[in-house]
Amino acid sequence: MAARVSLFVTCIVDQLFPRVGMAAVEVLERLGFRVDFPEQQTCCGQPAFNTGYREEARQVAQHFLKVFADADYIVVPSGSCTSMIAHHFEDIFEEEPENLRRARDLEMKVYEFSRFLIEVAQVEDVGARLDEVVTFHDSCHALRELQVKEGPRRLLGHVRGLELREMDAAEECCGFGGTFSVKFAEVSGGMARTKIDSIVRTGASTVVSLDSSCLMQLQGALSRAGLPIRTMHLAEVLASR
Amino acid sequence: MSREAVLHKVRTALGRNAGQTVDEPPPARLVVPEVDIEARIQSFCERIEALAGKTYRAASAGMVRDYISTLVAGRTAVASNAPILRECGIDLLPGVQTGITDRDQLRAACSTAPCGISGADYALADTGTLVMLSSPQEARLISLLPPVYIALVARARLLTGLDELLSILPRPAEQTSSMVLITGPSRTADIEQILVRGVHGPGEIHVVVV
Amino acid sequence: MSAAFDQKIHETLADPKLQLAIYKATGRLVEERRKAIEPDLCPDYQELRTHANAIKRHTIEHLDHYLEEFSRQVEAHGGKVVFCKDAEEVSDFVLSLAKERRAELIVKSKSMTTEEIDLNERLEHHHLESVETDLGEYIIQLAHERPYHIVAPALHKTREQVADLLTERLGVPRETVIEKQTMIARAVLREKFLAADIGVSGANFLVADSGAVVIVENEGNARLTTSAPKIHIAVAGIEKLIPRAQDLAVFLKLLGRSATGQRLTVYTSFLSGPKREDEIDGPDEFYVVLLDNGRTKVLADRDKRQSLYCIRCGACLNHCPVYRKIGGHSFPWVYSGPIGAILTPQFLGVRHEPGLPFASSLCGACAEVCPVKIDIPRILLELRSEVKKAEARDGAGRLERLAFRIWAWVMRHPRMYEMAGMAAASLAPSNGDGWIRNAPFNAGPLRAWLSQRDLPPAAAKSFRQMWRER
Repeated sequence: MAARVSLFVTCIVDQLFPRVGMAAVEVLERLGFRVDFPEQQTCCGQPAFNTGYREEARQVAQHFLKVFADADYIVVPSGSCTSMIAHHFEDIFEEEPENLRRARDLEMKVYEFSRFLIEVAQVEDVGARLDEVVTFHDSCHALRELQVKEGPRRLLGHVRGLELREMDAAEECCGFGGTFSVKFAEVSGGMARTKIDSIVRTGASTVVSLDSSCLMQLQGALSRAGLPIRTMHLAEVLASR
Repeated sequence: MSREAVLHKVRTALGRNAGQTVDEPPPARLVVPEVDIEARIQSFCERIEALAGKTYRAASAGMVRDYISTLVAGRTAVASNAPILRECGIDLLPGVQTGITDRDQLRAACSTAPCGISGADYALADTGTLVMLSSPQEARLISLLPPVYIALVARARLLTGLDELLSILPRPAEQTSSMVLITGPSRTADIEQILVRGVHGPGEIHVVVV
Repeated sequence: MSAAFDQKIHETLADPKLQLAIYKATGRLVEERRKAIEPDLCPDYQELRTHANAIKRHTIEHLDHYLEEFSRQVEAHGGKVVFCKDAEEVSDFVLSLAKERRAELIVKSKSMTTEEIDLNERLEHHHLESVETDLGEYIIQLAHERPYHIVAPALHKTREQVADLLTERLGVPRETVIEKQTMIARAVLREKFLAADIGVSGANFLVADSGAVVIVENEGNARLTTSAPKIHIAVAGIEKLIPRAQDLAVFLKLLGRSATGQRLTVYTSFLSGPKREDEIDGPDEFYVVLLDNGRTKVLADRDKRQSLYCIRCGACLNHCPVYRKIGGHSFPWVYSGPIGAILTPQFLGVRHEPGLPFASSLCGACAEVCPVKIDIPRILLELRSEVKKAEARDGAGRLERLAFRIWAWVMRHPRMYEMAGMAAASLAPSNGDGWIRNAPFNAGPLRAWLSQRDLPPAAAKSFRQMWRER
């Protein structure tokens, strides 16, 4: 019986970048996993948590605990959402022993997409093909809170036809930061432009990341600058044939 | 002034009582490697040269004296009262003032002399550092005011690094009011990140290892 | 955020020369640090950080004990300790000592703590001349400005601006060569060192078992400040304590490398007490001023007291993508960068600049490079929550609070969430697959987003719709 994987698609992918979700499903099924999608899912609560509204975040996180209570594995195509679930649910439920226990259980089961492939599926070659020169953006939560750095690069290394070029500012923040992107729009825009300069210097045609929020920020800035460089989520690259 | 008031606030903030005991701190971390003297001297000299200091290895007291004589070359110099300087005959070089024990006299000499000469109590091989302890033999200003500084280091005093120094000297305050670690010439990059040497301390340093 | 904060940020972003200066200076410090901690040069870097964090945690958790031990040791070596609860007590102390000793001229070495309490202003108000001797600090003193960066106070000044300052304030002929500018300052300050009655320094570390003040520097001005005048006053926050001289093996290795990529700074002074009787030179009197000024408030917060571990290396500033855009003068207080963002609300209250904890994308670069492992992003998140609670109490930010309440309700009701998604998709502007430059309605956040970048078009079908149709 194939292992069952529950997909937490994240609200931003669900509403704005659904193809990323479909790509993740495709890759997981290709690797022999049975993917289910608990339809009651909505959000991990991060927008509220990061803006200082802990009570509102708690309510949404509690809903999440309920929806995914029966999952064996939870796979998330986002570093920041994974980090919210794996690290900050504990802060939210600090004073609630029962919810805290559930959150800790969940922590063991939740995986950012690329980490799931490397550590659970234990594959690096998913049979993908993409003839592009790409550069990889290390999204901050994935890099610094989940310690995801080499995994995605190894996965990209096995994509036929793909050339990976490192940008010098790979680890620098794209400037999204949730509500930061609108509260401090000028700074956020400046950070995006600095990042784009670095991208352009690689000569890559495509920027890849494992966070759609970063990709939204970068694509928005690339588009505004009139640059033909496109963005792709890692799942979309790995689903390409 | 507010000693008890501040201490009280600290204790309240921490939930501690006056006189409450303290757990042991984490053990001090000192890592002293085994490095033979030749490697130490080499590392020491390399580090100093990397910082634009100059080094000279002397095999005898005579070589020390000749080298320093060339460096001083007709200028005045203030030399400390370190025995090693006397042993190498530095006190006899023309232009060298030594034996000063009066604070005002020392200061006057240091603020006009182009060169300062002293012995080093210890030296650190991995960083190219001189260790100076203030004492009746060594005044603070000699290695500080004159724009050219010459230091004499005895091989036996060349330690592997800071960890070894703190291992053999865990309580510097018991010996001196001032222990200074000197690593290279004085420098700044405060304006446009451009490096300038000799801002306040000596811009030129020469280290003689004997 | 306050209009002032917004305005300062905007001005800094609009100045391309300043942007370049900040970027280059911090970039250089980032690169120097990176080289200094490379595995073959510093294989135990991570271990040192863990150890430093543990020592600081222990010291801060037992701070009263170490303050007392430090005091005893200072006094045993002939010095005096002066506890001061605030800025006024410090200046009162210095002024009364100066009066007693008929002192007129004070030389100062670099101390963020003295900037924090505006010591120079207070002394000058009472007609004492107090001259900064660190080159960068001297320049900004001439300019009547605050330091731009913890380690590089005049980072924002060009050589032309320095030339203007020197000519205006010192009356010297205009000089734009940096080396010559430095020599001009050197000559002026040399006279001050030798004439000064009192030297005021800061302290990088206070060593409890030795009663010692440790000062690191590259120029030599701190050595001169603490050795030439007959009186030395060291001013330091109570959090600067470390238990033993031997702990310097860990801290000095981290401080130099983190700040400027140096293994050791040019001068490291370990000073305990006035000159001993048989020593030739050094001060006759030695005072250590231990300052509270709000530190005990920070200390009282179990989760946030780690803010006091800071050894003022500046690495967080150099690596912060926000600092590298908005610079030091956008910050409302004397401490800037990530450490400033967590200290300011704790010292001055969250209402002082409510936008400050939000001026971060929470990228975590600061925490990654902090030599004492302060979890800055975590503290920012806590402060954000405190700002919102304060706003609720003050009746401010009602609209945003309501928006998030509604949002939370929608997110707990999947059907509503789905309907909201479909509604937004149908209302949202579409541009085929192309991204959107302008929207017909431009409410606050939307306008802010669009001011900087394009917006993605709403997906025709959400993921869950596509999933159902498989």
